[in-house]
Amino acid sequence: MANYYTDHPEIAFHLDHPLMHRIVELKERNFADKEKYADAPVDYEDCIENYKRLLEILGDIAANIIAPNSEDVDLEGPHLENGRMKYASKTVENMDALRKAGLCGVSLARRYGGLNLPNLVFSMCSELVSAADASLQNIWSLQSCADTLYEFGDEDQRMRFLPRICAGETMSMDLTEPDAGSDLQRVMLKATWSEKDGCWLLNGVKRFITNGDSDIHLVLARSEEGSKDGRGLSMFIYDKRQGGVNVRHIEHKLGIHGSPTCELTYKNAKAELCGERRLGLIKAVMALMNAARLGIGAQSSGLSQEAYNEAVRYASERAQFGKTIEHFPGVYDMLSRMKAKLDAGRTLLYHTAAHVDIYKCLEDIQRERPLTAEERQEMKKYTRLADAFTPICKGMTSEYANQNAYDGISVHGGSGFIMEYKCQRLLRDARIFSIYEGTTQLQVVAAVRYITNGTYSAIIREMLEDAVAPQYEGLKARVAKMADLYDESVEYVKAAGNQEMQDFLARRLYDMTGEIIMSLLLLRDASKAPELFGKSAEVYTRMAEENVAGKSAYVLAFKAEDLPSFRAVTPEE
Amino acid sequence: MTLKIVVLAKQVPDTRNVGKDAMTPEGTVNRAALPAIFNPDDLNALEQALRLKEENPGSTVEVLTMGPPRAGEIIRQGLYRGADGGYLLTDRLFAGADTLATSYALATAIRKIGKVDIVIGGRQAIDGDTAQVGPQVAQKLGLNQVTYAEKILKVEGGKATIERHIDGGIETVEAPLPLVITVNGSAAPCRPENAKLVMKYKYAKCPSEQVEGDPRAALYEERPYLNLTQWSVADVNGDPDQCGLAGSPTKVKTVQNIVFQAKESKTLSSSDADIESLVKELLSEKLIG
Repeated sequence: MANYYTDHPEIAFHLDHPLMHRIVELKERNFADKEKYADAPVDYEDCIENYKRLLEILGDIAANIIAPNSEDVDLEGPHLENGRMKYASKTVENMDALRKAGLCGVSLARRYGGLNLPNLVFSMCSELVSAADASLQNIWSLQSCADTLYEFGDEDQRMRFLPRICAGETMSMDLTEPDAGSDLQRVMLKATWSEKDGCWLLNGVKRFITNGDSDIHLVLARSEEGSKDGRGLSMFIYDKRQGGVNVRHIEHKLGIHGSPTCELTYKNAKAELCGERRLGLIKAVMALMNAARLGIGAQSSGLSQEAYNEAVRYASERAQFGKTIEHFPGVYDMLSRMKAKLDAGRTLLYHTAAHVDIYKCLEDIQRERPLTAEERQEMKKYTRLADAFTPICKGMTSEYANQNAYDGISVHGGSGFIMEYKCQRLLRDARIFSIYEGTTQLQVVAAVRYITNGTYSAIIREMLEDAVAPQYEGLKARVAKMADLYDESVEYVKAAGNQEMQDFLARRLYDMTGEIIMSLLLLRDASKAPELFGKSAEVYTRMAEENVAGKSAYVLAFKAEDLPSFRAVTPEE
Repeated sequence: MTLKIVVLAKQVPDTRNVGKDAMTPEGTVNRAALPAIFNPDDLNALEQALRLKEENPGSTVEVLTMGPPRAGEIIRQGLYRGADGGYLLTDRLFAGADTLATSYALATAIRKIGKVDIVIGGRQAIDGDTAQVGPQVAQKLGLNQVTYAEKILKVEGGKATIERHIDGGIETVEAPLPLVITVNGSAAPCRPENAKLVMKYKYAKCPSEQVEGDPRAALYEERPYLNLTQWSVADVNGDPDQCGLAGSPTKVKTVQNIVFQAKESKTLSSSDADIESLVKELLSEKLIG
């Protein structure tokens, strides 16, 4: 029987991440739960075994329930009925299977009914769901909003809401409004304190809300009357059982048809404050977004895998000129690049997730006891690394998913343009990945400070210190040369001292950053498991070399005076 | 009402995905080449049992299986999906049983389990395909039986209302408890394994599966639920003469290795009627579906 997890040993490989021991140690608090919970692990090996078993269950559901349903979901999509959203019928079936398998609220602590999964394993789950049906991943993985509710809510709120998530209720994060997309400081949805009701009342409109008719919403709203910027915004919990929020419209989208994107109207919707007033955008939404960005990384990785699988299958079956097309260099060039991007994006994803896990675990431990000086240092280090890796991960993996979906269609030739083949849906589904939760351009903005302050360069130099297997020494030397070109390009841009030019060239620097880091990660992985990653390390490093050479040439030949040729409009003085 | 439910389940070779080495040169099933799985129809039965448990709080579902020690896996898979416990009948004396000896062993075990409201199993196993064991168990226990069940609509006031598939239609029948039910493979598919339950029960073993020097040996003391019940012929007060090969009047005389040859062929038109009849034929032959 097909299984999306066991069929791809490249995923399980990352359970052996160098940080995994530390993650488990922190996450399981030295296995304290084993006395209280029958499902809690008793030691490290047991814990990893639990992860594997869970991933096997999900891999089975993904391959044998979700994937076969995916075409129907795409064709049917959700419905609007009397102000309520109804999922496509097969989406209901999928969610039911996931619920019965106990795969809801998986990241939450056992005391709330969760499975205490680290982000790294949660990302693997997201990847599996996404490979089978990217639209379902949106609905399913929004359970990670519960982590934000946990982080910012009080214990009473945790006890009331979190067990419901573990029982399978769904969540949404209601941020975007018609005039507040990338610029969330402009959120207008009004929150007013009602003495009469003893709670906050929400009034206004939200737009483009994924899974907008969920059971429990986290809502960004303006609690400070008269305020104009982000400091007047707070985060609220709206419980659908209270009533007051209706779905006005469900968007018709290019892809991820199964994921309901809703316009919501709030009419005196009763809500409760989550976390501190005025910190809704600055703290809570930032936490939400970082988690969501990792989620898109996983979604992208899953879709990249599926696009690759579809392409390989087609290329091995389709014969032209007397042989299957996989034998033609023009085709295997595409296939090898698809696999290389898949493996590269995935290793960056789990590397990022591992860093997130360390600092999130320490943050959580800090809620129970003061951290030691060493732990504080460790938390600081990994927070910074996670912040640096997250925008690279989200942007690069989502672009790769799009590129793989595009090449997947190319491999299919004319058939790829026919709606009967899955590859067309993958292309449509992937398109949003590089847009929502911050476009690639905004990921560049988030990353640029780490480019200019040398964070990435230091990471790269440190990674270059690590030994690789002898057969990869040659490739590593080529990466070292790329790193030199990269540093030269960054220094050149900084020396020019022109902000607009820096912003304009940032994308090239960003791409180089990602490509060099992923080359090094792949060399690390290939050194450990050449049978899984040897080819991709070879292919990807060359690809990175080709790109870094081109991009550094572009950057180094650029002058601030060249900008007018590129501007869409002449700026007003 | 609270129900005591026993699910009859069998570990079978996966004959649905047969490769070229599925048969030995002697013409017997090459069990080593085929993965051992939970008999598919029995999974449908387990699902019906678990639904009854949900609808009737306080009810219990236990899995009863007969087989070699490794059949303990069937009990674990039942636990992973929500069963409360299970019994493995394992003993050399049980080996080589035909349907009569199997039903004798199962009936004897059910008597030992005690007052049971519902015994439920799949219609048939994919290795033997006899569909005899369920009805024979009912006969031996003197219980009512409903075969070919598709759905248990309700259990109320000591009676079960069951939808069963019969030739040309669906029949809804009512039967008093205690009752034996056999379930079709077309009934609702079984729910997936539950992550928490897998984590809880993954080390559960029956005594004959346990090995010396198991690094997790201490767990079996600390967590009694990891010790699965295992019964021998003596444990269920069985008559050895009615068990296994000794109790099996069916004797396999010869086994013929049939080699399919594509001699017969049918020509079908592309009309809806022809396509439908082909699909139905393939379904009924279990070639697809």
